[in-house]
Amino acid sequence: MKDWRYWLAEQRGTLLAFGIFIVMFTIYTSNHPAGFTANVVQTASNKGVLLAFVAMAQTLVVITAGIDLSVGMIFLLTNCLASWLVVGTGIETAFGVVAVLGTGLLCGAINGAIVIYGRLQPIVTTIATGAVYYGIALLLRPFPGGSVNEDLADALTGRLFGVVPASLVVLLAVVLVVWVPFSRSVLGRAAYAAGSSEMAAYMSGVPIRRGKFAAYALAGLLAAIGGLFLTFFTYTGEAAYASGNAYTLFSIAAVVLGGVSLFGGKGSAIGAIFGALAFRTIGDLLFVFDFDPLWQPLFQGVILLIAVSLGAFALFRVRNRLEWFL
Amino acid sequence: MDGAVPLFRMEGISKRYGGVRALEKAKLSVTSGSIHAILGENGAGKSTLIKVMAGVVAPDEGRMMLDGSEVTFASPAAANQAGIVCIFQELSLVPELSVADNIVISDPPKRFGMIDRKAQRRIAEEALARAGAADIHPLALVKDLPLSRRQIVEIAKALARKPRILILDEATSALTAADVAKIFGVLKRLRSEGLALLYISHRMNEIAELADQCTVFRNGRNVASYAAGTKSDNEVVELMIGREYSHIFPPKPVRAPATAAPVLEARKLSWTDRLDNISLSVGAGEVVGLGGLDGQGQRELLLAFFGVLRGLSGQILIDGRPATIASPAAARDDRIGMALIPEDRKTEGLMLPMTVRENLSFAALDRLSRAGIIDRAAEQRLIDDMVALLAIKTAGLDIPVGALSGGNQQKVVIAKWLMRQPRIILLNDPTRGIDVGTKQELYQLMRKLADQGAAILFYSTDYDELIGCCDRVLVLYDGAVKRELVGAEITERALIASALNIHGEEMAVRGMAKTPARGMAKTPARGADA
Repeated sequence: MKDWRYWLAEQRGTLLAFGIFIVMFTIYTSNHPAGFTANVVQTASNKGVLLAFVAMAQTLVVITAGIDLSVGMIFLLTNCLASWLVVGTGIETAFGVVAVLGTGLLCGAINGAIVIYGRLQPIVTTIATGAVYYGIALLLRPFPGGSVNEDLADALTGRLFGVVPASLVVLLAVVLVVWVPFSRSVLGRAAYAAGSSEMAAYMSGVPIRRGKFAAYALAGLLAAIGGLFLTFFTYTGEAAYASGNAYTLFSIAAVVLGGVSLFGGKGSAIGAIFGALAFRTIGDLLFVFDFDPLWQPLFQGVILLIAVSLGAFALFRVRNRLEWFL
Repeated sequence: MDGAVPLFRMEGISKRYGGVRALEKAKLSVTSGSIHAILGENGAGKSTLIKVMAGVVAPDEGRMMLDGSEVTFASPAAANQAGIVCIFQELSLVPELSVADNIVISDPPKRFGMIDRKAQRRIAEEALARAGAADIHPLALVKDLPLSRRQIVEIAKALARKPRILILDEATSALTAADVAKIFGVLKRLRSEGLALLYISHRMNEIAELADQCTVFRNGRNVASYAAGTKSDNEVVELMIGREYSHIFPPKPVRAPATAAPVLEARKLSWTDRLDNISLSVGAGEVVGLGGLDGQGQRELLLAFFGVLRGLSGQILIDGRPATIASPAAARDDRIGMALIPEDRKTEGLMLPMTVRENLSFAALDRLSRAGIIDRAAEQRLIDDMVALLAIKTAGLDIPVGALSGGNQQKVVIAKWLMRQPRIILLNDPTRGIDVGTKQELYQLMRKLADQGAAILFYSTDYDELIGCCDRVLVLYDGAVKRELVGAEITERALIASALNIHGEEMAVRGMAKTPARGMAKTPARGADA
């Protein structure tokens, strides 16, 4: 077989998510009253990147065969923190951004430390830490409010050269600066190996713990970038519990749509990004076809079910039924 | 050893697991540029020995010398660092990663802090070529490769670490003859390059072809070291024999020739490359053993009967009539009445956090309930019967089953199935890791159930048990029945010889003449078959 076939097989999940997104987005823009214009793309992009960042965060943890139910809450906490800190002069704003991102990184690192060194299950750990992060967010912003450096916010949510959505450029930059180095580093490979077969990885002398820790910590960082962007869009901070939970659950949906295996060891954050964008487009589709917004959750659920079923076909090939349970 | 200085030496190595002695003052020395074969039957201590060498298990006592200076290994990585690389029986490849990723996994080439994929590709291609498998694509995912190819990748991965001592533990067990020939070429070349190879195999022909030096293990001790080719196969078997007998077995009844159709029969059963044309029958009241070295298809055979395997070819007959067993639920159905006592009671037999009571009644709930409601009184009666029958020692029925001792846990697994009064009982190495007292109770129970008319198929890795418990023993090798031993033919010598697939009629005859006498002396309760 040729190299490109292996590449294709490896990227199948990502390409499938990309395909689903392109089809849906094409249907969306061709039915939109304004059509495929810079404005429509910018709005869609600004809505999409929020979930995309959170889904990237989720991907890192899911690759290690874990799950992070606190990503939505880190997203809220950093939003509330940004509404206090990312203000004032250029220097002050820069300091604020660093502090917000550092907080996200710390939140992720705490998750990782508890899961890896405390040997607790990721699901329990992150439910608990998620509640703590939400609690802090609520103390920071008991009521919606605050502000943000509007020059920065407008620049990052606007358009470059009048056509390219700036938020999309930032997303690309984050992929290049965070995801690509991680996925190609020894730690990234350790995270994949630990997710696929922790025992085999251990027997091969792979730095499992450091790999998993890096995945959890970077997940916190990515969720914080999402939180920062939420502040740029809304100009405020709000500890909205329902919204935090929705982002957590949607991030899992996006990850699955993007071809990342919940059993670990397989998938890419780029797939998850397209999963997130596709998931967001479902809502928009309903809008252009004049459906009642009440239909949205049901519709999203059906799409998700179909996408997930595609991944289950492999089970039909199993010849020893005990392998179903491995 | 013609005066060569050993590259690696271990002395007085002992290791115990609980009460079980895996290694007892074992010693071994390995020279550069030679292939050293390790022989021994199941449980002789071979696996523990190499785990100690590879840094997976820390010995209780003893010392290891590398290049004349003492070493200890805290982890597999430390052993690798010292140049000792082991290819384990259980593969250590990460399934979702590519072949190239796996080959360099311990120490990937880096550039600017990231993994250098071009260099990785080059290393992988070189290693694959050295392992004689240049046809494996470095980008293929390991999980998509068949088992035999994975084993070659495993060897390539070991070579990429530039070992001085390479340990192969049953490394050819999943390979086809063509692959084995290739691997042998590779191993011989590595020997000429000055590597020390430690080769563990139960295939005598492989050892004859490869080894320079052989060491035989028995009961955790090394009983002999000799230059390859200086002993005949029979002499080697002689060395491997000699387990310490410690069990008392119930007498075997004299069986009348069967008149009715066998309760359980298989005709030409095959499944993937693990089961090969197996035919067997088990009559009512009969205990039939499955022998052979571990992993020759015994487990798969039991799973095949129990409806776990898909794509099975051949026929299964119950009471002489063809039966389709589609799932464990169908197998335990009253028309078939089959029970499987699994090998790993912790995952397949028990739900450890649940109570003894719940575990006991799981398999029989449908019998104990009416319209979906459990009849508590009936449940209690049956449970009391079982606890009494098997003498299960527990502080109470409502404590987690995980709190019981291993032997009592195993009794719970068995009791759970006996509650259904099965007619066919499959046992998959049921006495592994349990104490001698409980073992004896289980032997008595097995015979009692057979006397009550059950058909029992009993796989054990302990030859002693097969000799003591079984009316007949089928010895499996490479997924096929190699030999059937009946009554007094079931001797340790015959079991080992056929497990190693040595064709030696003369040996079997000698064994027959000798063993009953020893059996009489050491196991007086076994008079019936002598």
